[in-house]
Amino acid sequence: MTDTLTPPPLKAPSTVIGPLDWIRKNLFPDWRQGLLTIVVLWLLVRTVPPLIDWLFLDAAWAGDRDDCVAASGACWAFVNARWGQFIYGFYPVEHRWRVDLSMLTLVASIAVLFLPRVAHKGWIITGSFVALPVICFALLHGGPIGLEIVPTDRWGGFMLTLVVAVAGMLGALPIGILLALGRRSQMPAIRIFCVTFIELFRAVPLITVLFMASVMLPLFMPQGFSMDKLLRALIGVALFNGALMAEVVRGGLQAIPKGQFEAATASGMGYWKMMIFVVLPQALRTVIPGLVNTYVAIIKDTTLVLIIGLFDLLGIVQAGIASSDWLAPSVTTSGYVFAGFGFWALCFSLSRYSMYLEGKLNTGRQR
Amino acid sequence: MKIYPILTTAAALAVAAGGAVSAQTLEEVRERGHLNCGVSPGVTGFSNPDDEGNWSGFDVEVCRAVAAAVLEDADAVRYTPLSNTERFTALQSGEIDMLSRTTTRTLNRDTALGLNFAPVMFYDGQGFMVRQDMGVSSVLELDGATVCTSAGSTTELNLADYFEANGMSYEPVRFDRADEVLAAYDAGRCDVYTSDRSGLAARRLVMTNPAEHVMLPETISKEPLAPAVRHGDDQWFDIVTWTVYALIEAEEYGVTQGNVDEMANSENPNIARMLGAEGSPVGEWIGLDNKWVHRAIAAVGNYGEIFERHVGPNTPLEIERGMNALHTNGGLQYAMPFK
Amino acid sequence: MPVSRDLGPMAAPKPAFWTRSRIRSVLVQFGFVVLLVLLIQFLLANTMQNLARQGIASGFGFLENRAGFDIAIAFLDFDRNGTYLDAFWTAIVNTLVLATLGIALATLLGFMIGLARVSPNWLISRLAAVYIETFRNIPLLLQLFFWYFAILRPLPGPRQSFDVAGTVFLSNRGLYMPKPLLDSGAQLALLALVVGLIFALFMARSARRHRAATGNSVAVAHWWLIGLVGLPVLTWFATGASVEMSIPSLQGFNFRGGMVILPEMLAALLGLSIYIAAAVGEIVRSGIQGIDHGQTEAAQAMGHTRGQIMRYVVIPQAMRIIIPPLTTQYQSLAKNTSLASAIAFPEIISIIAGTTLTQTGQAMETIALAMLFYLTVSLFIAAVMNFFNWRVMRRSF
Repeated sequence: MTDTLTPPPLKAPSTVIGPLDWIRKNLFPDWRQGLLTIVVLWLLVRTVPPLIDWLFLDAAWAGDRDDCVAASGACWAFVNARWGQFIYGFYPVEHRWRVDLSMLTLVASIAVLFLPRVAHKGWIITGSFVALPVICFALLHGGPIGLEIVPTDRWGGFMLTLVVAVAGMLGALPIGILLALGRRSQMPAIRIFCVTFIELFRAVPLITVLFMASVMLPLFMPQGFSMDKLLRALIGVALFNGALMAEVVRGGLQAIPKGQFEAATASGMGYWKMMIFVVLPQALRTVIPGLVNTYVAIIKDTTLVLIIGLFDLLGIVQAGIASSDWLAPSVTTSGYVFAGFGFWALCFSLSRYSMYLEGKLNTGRQR
Repeated sequence: MKIYPILTTAAALAVAAGGAVSAQTLEEVRERGHLNCGVSPGVTGFSNPDDEGNWSGFDVEVCRAVAAAVLEDADAVRYTPLSNTERFTALQSGEIDMLSRTTTRTLNRDTALGLNFAPVMFYDGQGFMVRQDMGVSSVLELDGATVCTSAGSTTELNLADYFEANGMSYEPVRFDRADEVLAAYDAGRCDVYTSDRSGLAARRLVMTNPAEHVMLPETISKEPLAPAVRHGDDQWFDIVTWTVYALIEAEEYGVTQGNVDEMANSENPNIARMLGAEGSPVGEWIGLDNKWVHRAIAAVGNYGEIFERHVGPNTPLEIERGMNALHTNGGLQYAMPFK
Repeated sequence: MPVSRDLGPMAAPKPAFWTRSRIRSVLVQFGFVVLLVLLIQFLLANTMQNLARQGIASGFGFLENRAGFDIAIAFLDFDRNGTYLDAFWTAIVNTLVLATLGIALATLLGFMIGLARVSPNWLISRLAAVYIETFRNIPLLLQLFFWYFAILRPLPGPRQSFDVAGTVFLSNRGLYMPKPLLDSGAQLALLALVVGLIFALFMARSARRHRAATGNSVAVAHWWLIGLVGLPVLTWFATGASVEMSIPSLQGFNFRGGMVILPEMLAALLGLSIYIAAAVGEIVRSGIQGIDHGQTEAAQAMGHTRGQIMRYVVIPQAMRIIIPPLTTQYQSLAKNTSLASAIAFPEIISIIAGTTLTQTGQAMETIALAMLFYLTVSLFIAAVMNFFNWRVMRRSF
């Protein structure tokens, strides 16, 4: 089942012959459905063409605010003029190649996931995802490898959205695995801690966790100890999503038959050896779709960092909307539509990927 | 045991990134090599980033002056844009070294919130802006109006007090971020936009059609806007305080960005002492070198120059000196003597 | 971090109580607790020291102080002379009202979308798919901003507002509607409505029992009519049939009288329920498709119509699949009300972690209060849904 849009996989042989017959069967099966179809068609005819006019035909594609005020459609000139800022934030223009290179590294790591079956594929994937944050941090922040330091307050736009999302994903997975293992541990102290941690973080909104990271975390630290604002937000995002991920991973752990544990113990494996080589590889495999869905949620949640004053894609679009040279009604709507499309493209492709994986995993088990 | 390694790793990372720091703000700033300054996230004329993220404005100049005095480099500043909600905790927690962000000095903030305020940089008051076609000419005609304001500001408290005192009602629409207040008012959500008069002047410029909006004559509060630092570090407090006084004193003595080098050798012992002539104790007293005032003024100019450059009558904001004139011209700006 | 290799249930019976692994387990746990306590102590000590150094008072005493600000949307009576505690209660009620209405609307819309998704009508099913894929893949915060400004911008000012017969007004100040003034007769009629509802529910229940026992259905529609219409109307006429409405009218800058839904409320409600409805629709779809097709075919063979099959065969069974993920979505909606603070809806984050925090400077206390509130709400929703789930599971076939 690669596509949930198609209802049950096993259908009776089609009795539909020709397009007219198809229309009759699918659009006008009886008079009530037929009426509904006509009403909906009429509504579509009334709404879609004006929408297309607004989006494309009447839009202002280049120029400044006056062009947008003059045009009756969307204001893509705004997106055009601010494109660099939307992607790179305030990152210095002469260093933007570093952002491009980091994005390429990210794409390369994702491409590794699609590798055909090769030996040690699991280790290659793990290795590339351990190396990814190190390489990207070195590139983006600079410093040790002789690149000029670009402080995090200059990071912004789509690039910051990616940083928060990727760091959230990579940080949340190990936290989630440890919490899930702890929740199933035989040791009460550890189990109670993990259950409390998971349930607490699952019950509160991310906004309060971010507030805590941005406002309270510094108060918890010794005097004179300062931590980067972005780093604090990342810690908040990773802990919050770690708790969510723990529940996904737990589902996978519960699906592992008892025999696997027994066999591993019988062959003299210790707890960690058993978990790393026997249990987790199987458990994680079954929950990949759930993990990807959590990733979609993380990407959507990255927008909340704008509330604590970081300029992610939505934040920087909003700042652009409120700037003196662009304030106009069509700019507001266009800005939000643009940001919305950006997020939609990311999340939609990821959730499709999750469905594809689900299908692939199922075929593997169907024999 | 799960959270501990994470925290220690994060701590190690942060220390590696930020550099280990000691207890005193001055030491911290010097070791770090830059000043962390909290500013408003975009108020034209006061603190505004350009397209490349470089900040400029009236509030920003104070940060630059302090950085010039302490670090000998006015550009060694990192600006943290802060919302109303974040600004005090950012200072309390040490995320920023000073706050230069159109913040009103009040008893509550000076005491319960753990702040110390440097001298007032801008004497302001709360005003009201309405659409011209409403035909309103006084705040007292605003009974029943919908009012847009920012959350967590003195503005929202003054508003409630003023309407209460005059037996009027209103409906508040309150946002945390100033640009959202602006967008909502501009979209017609509110009849009235209330804020500090300087802030209103700044924001009127970015309305869809500035000419449609007028400011009402009343000023309903005192809003002394001053830079702030944390409680409990007297030396740092002195440095910020006297950097502000230096800017004002410089205007009084006619020391400008252009003539500061020659004025350093002035016959006037007051000027020579302030600018750190041979044998002047101004550096020793405050714990910096003798040329700190000289550098601050060379970097940003005197108070009058800053005012003219960013908010004065020749800028789009068109704010008159008024209360912010020197005391010698009938205003309130009065620096303590550099003696 | 070594955790026990002892896997309890699978381990063979131990000869002695103090085996090596058991001792190790105790030691590990002891070490863990000690480290945890040390960490907490470390953080607490730092916090105390930081607060003391800056002379910031801690504690909840500030809740007794006068708030001094107003709140536009208040379902409780609140004004600037109330205390911070009153403001907190107001924020709680506002949040709960938003969450409850949001859940109701999202459920309604979500079930419609879910049913449309499995409709035999290709067009309807496609449109539902487009709806789901659009709204669940765009961040909620962005959707809220969009609705707020998309609603606000095109609406006229109060003086040019759209009106329906001079009683309902729509402008960028909100939707103003007439509000019935409840005199004693109207109150009695309302009471009669409640009594009628209970009566009708009772009759419907006994009819269901009768059908379950004997297999014969009893018509109940007339009982609903009597209970919900007859009884209240009769009471209303008996008490004098007075109509008193507070009709909004433009006075000065704004409408006075009547009742109002402010744009913030409208946008928050729309944004939240449209977003969650997409997820609910998907849950309903997978619930319905999770029911064995044999069930539907059997019902068809018995001559039931499509509507009947849905109502009596598919949905009752699908509910068992639907309820657990639905609980998660309800909790998510309740938590997501916090985002409405970004469009000036006065809920917990806006009032407590926003205004109160800044006015009093009590960061720790205010954020702790906000977290406590959300924790309670989440637990409450989980409890209610568990009860429903228990009810649905118990009604087994």
